[in-house]
Amino acid sequence: MMRLAALLAAVLSLGAAPEPAPVALDALLADTPAPSLDTYRLFTDQGARAPNAGLTPYALNTPLFSDHSEKSRFLFLPPGTQATYAATGAFAFPVGATLVKTFAYPADLRKPGDRVRLIETRLMIHKPQGWVALTYVWNPEQTQAVLKRAGARLPVSVIDHAGKPLTIDYAVPNTNQCKECHSLSGELAPIGPKARNLNGDLAYGPRRENQLAHWTRAGLLTGAPDPRIAPRTAIWNDAAEPLADRARAYLDGNCGHCHNPEGMASNSGLFLHLEETDPAKLGVRRRPVAAGRGSGGLEFDIDPGRPETSILLHRMKSREPGVMMPELGRSLVDEDGVALVADYLRSLPASR
Amino acid sequence: MAASNQFVLACVLAGALASSAQAATLRVAPGADAQERVQSALLDAKPGDTVALDAGTFAFTDGLSLDVDSVTVTGAGQGKTVLSFAGQKGAGEGLLITSDGVTVRDLTLQDSKGDGIKSKGADRISFVSVTVEWTGGPKETNGAYGVYPVASTNVLIDKVTVRGASDAGIYVGQSKNIIVRNSRAEFNVAGIEIENSTDADVFDNVATHNTGGILVFDLPGLPVMGGHSTRIFRNQVVDNDTANFAPKGNIVANVPVGVGVMLMANRDVHVFDNDISGNQTSAVMLVSFSRSFDDKSYNPLPRDIVVRDNRLGRNGWLPGLPGGKMLAAATGGSLPPILWDGVTTYAGYGGPAPRLYLKDGPVLNLNLPKAGEVEAAKPTVTASLGSPGLPERAAVVLPADQDKPAK
Ligand code: HEC
Ligand code: HEC
Repeated sequence: MMRLAALLAAVLSLGAAPEPAPVALDALLADTPAPSLDTYRLFTDQGARAPNAGLTPYALNTPLFSDHSEKSRFLFLPPGTQATYAATGAFAFPVGATLVKTFAYPADLRKPGDRVRLIETRLMIHKPQGWVALTYVWNPEQTQAVLKRAGARLPVSVIDHAGKPLTIDYAVPNTNQCKECHSLSGELAPIGPKARNLNGDLAYGPRRENQLAHWTRAGLLTGAPDPRIAPRTAIWNDAAEPLADRARAYLDGNCGHCHNPEGMASNSGLFLHLEETDPAKLGVRRRPVAAGRGSGGLEFDIDPGRPETSILLHRMKSREPGVMMPELGRSLVDEDGVALVADYLRSLPASR
Repeated sequence: MAASNQFVLACVLAGALASSAQAATLRVAPGADAQERVQSALLDAKPGDTVALDAGTFAFTDGLSLDVDSVTVTGAGQGKTVLSFAGQKGAGEGLLITSDGVTVRDLTLQDSKGDGIKSKGADRISFVSVTVEWTGGPKETNGAYGVYPVASTNVLIDKVTVRGASDAGIYVGQSKNIIVRNSRAEFNVAGIEIENSTDADVFDNVATHNTGGILVFDLPGLPVMGGHSTRIFRNQVVDNDTANFAPKGNIVANVPVGVGVMLMANRDVHVFDNDISGNQTSAVMLVSFSRSFDDKSYNPLPRDIVVRDNRLGRNGWLPGLPGGKMLAAATGGSLPPILWDGVTTYAGYGGPAPRLYLKDGPVLNLNLPKAGEVEAAKPTVTASLGSPGLPERAAVVLPADQDKPAK
């Protein structure tokens, strides 16, 4: 009987490509992290270009700048489970939910998607006892990504936007540093998948669709309202959007995960998340507390109307540890981000 | 079979009850890849474990961090195990601690690009026999704080030395229940600073060759405010004579050179039994916060302050205050050792004047009508000021497993 069934199965699958094995939920939920990424079967190919069934790509209206790396993001939900909508903060995800984010560089920054080298694939896995953050670093052959817990520096050579060779001193964070950015009152938490960040369109194959609508339609998300009435983070580099919205979106995406009352920089009292409305907490004419040499000899975090005398911009323009903000996650200056925030600070009324 | 199961059970129970019984020591030697090897040990350590760094110099390229409870990080001694961050390329501090029950001891940390050792949101955090220094001497480009517990509870700083911090050597911020003792702060802008913190005992320390020796401040606009209840006693606060090298914009950039003890906008501070001498501006200075602030819950006045029974040597001969030379000339060539700005009120405040008992004297009262209005000073000098009777907080006690009581 058994043998017949096996034989039948074998015959039926002849000719058709075998179904790839599903995502290894047991490996995701195991106590010890897998030493290499392929164990989880999140992708069906060796080079992690083809997501397995159950993975949904997503993008954020305003992402984090990470030294010009290209990023791809996926949500995996265990079969039959759903995320629950929240108007503020990250959605509530079921146990087993895994967020996947791969950092990569094209050989030439002017040709995104072309001759891409994968650097690391980061995971946030929702275990019964909470979230776990892991990162897997790709080998030069691009055939395997292995667990890296203690961080690393990887030199990455590319052609920059001006056509010149550039070597980036890329930093893979250690797993404690994941938590420095990804912490809510000392607990690990996802940052990106919030209603307002996902409230934008994405191409699903040939067709574009609002992500909140798509997730709802695909049964990945419950409780979401019509996207038109859901909150929305502005797209930082869309010139059609108001300057203040774009700048606030940028500061939220690049700073707000630490600079909020529950984040790593809570004690600074400088809050840059989008929900903050008090100008003093947002840095307007706020004197630094523990900035040290990060103050750059300037008096205020934001000197309204004057980007050149605002500590906030000074720290964005710096590449020096102890001065630069964010204090993790970049070694280069985000010139476009600096220009945007400078324009915004200039637009703030100088007198109070 | 049953017997062996019982044995296993006993082991598990014993482990749960006294995890230290099975505590492991993770040893790390200096050498190549120190960054990865030390950071791995800090990640691998289990509660109760010790990460032991051998004698020698470890060169790091990034910040280190610890997020496991009840871990001891130890070296072979101050000056023997040296953690050098001269080549640091990222992170805001040398070592960051975000877990509870951690002790860092017997090591030296050098030249971090930001702060030296920071603990954030940590309960029962101890720094014992640790040196943090910037080896190029006092410089504006040195990191801000040497030893920096913030938003922490039960803080022990014992036998610590900090040199060269461009803000405060030993800085405790927004924290509760704090002991700073047997420590040495030199060549920093502020030697020891207790800020927006509650219940601190600062004793048996040496604060010398800083710009200001020991500071107790409260600042507006922070998540934790209303600092109070600090005792400063049996300290040597001598020869604080290093020109202020703090980057502008930071509050301590305004500390005049040669202040022994400076109290600003804090409540219930007792300064007694200290040796305070060789400070050219003032032995003890009480000032109100003079910048504008929006914060309704903030009180900018120093209040419920006692300064008594200190041994005051030569102080105040060359005050680094605006109009200081004139003041000194008017008061006989040298400022009286105790200085109060005399501010008793602020916008929106209708309460009583702050209670002070400045037993040591003479006391110079600037009688400023408003914080910072030095031009309007109407200085008076009295042998002492105020009257006794302000209650003094009992000694700070830390949990017994953190600080075994003496004897
Ligand atoms: C400098 C701050 C920073 C550090 C350090 C950091 N992250 Fe993130 N991470 C972010 C931000 C901001 C986002 C959301 C924005 C985006 O995806 O561009 C994010 C997104 C992610 C996501 C997608 C899900 C989510 O939360 O939005 C994963 C997975 C992730 N990070 C894993 C990690 C891991 C693992 C580490 C450590 C190896 C790490 N991160 C370190 C800031 C950081
Ligand atoms: C990885 C977490 C993290 C990120 C991301 C981050 N910061 Fe910070 N920031 C900190 C920490 C920690 C402090 C110092 C807190 C303290 O006082 O100890 C700080 C302090 C500051 C200060 C000084 C504040 C004061 O009033 O004393 C400024 C200004 C600042 N950051 C700006 C930014 C900007 C702008 C961004 C985004 C471009 C950013 N930060 C992103 C962690 C972060």
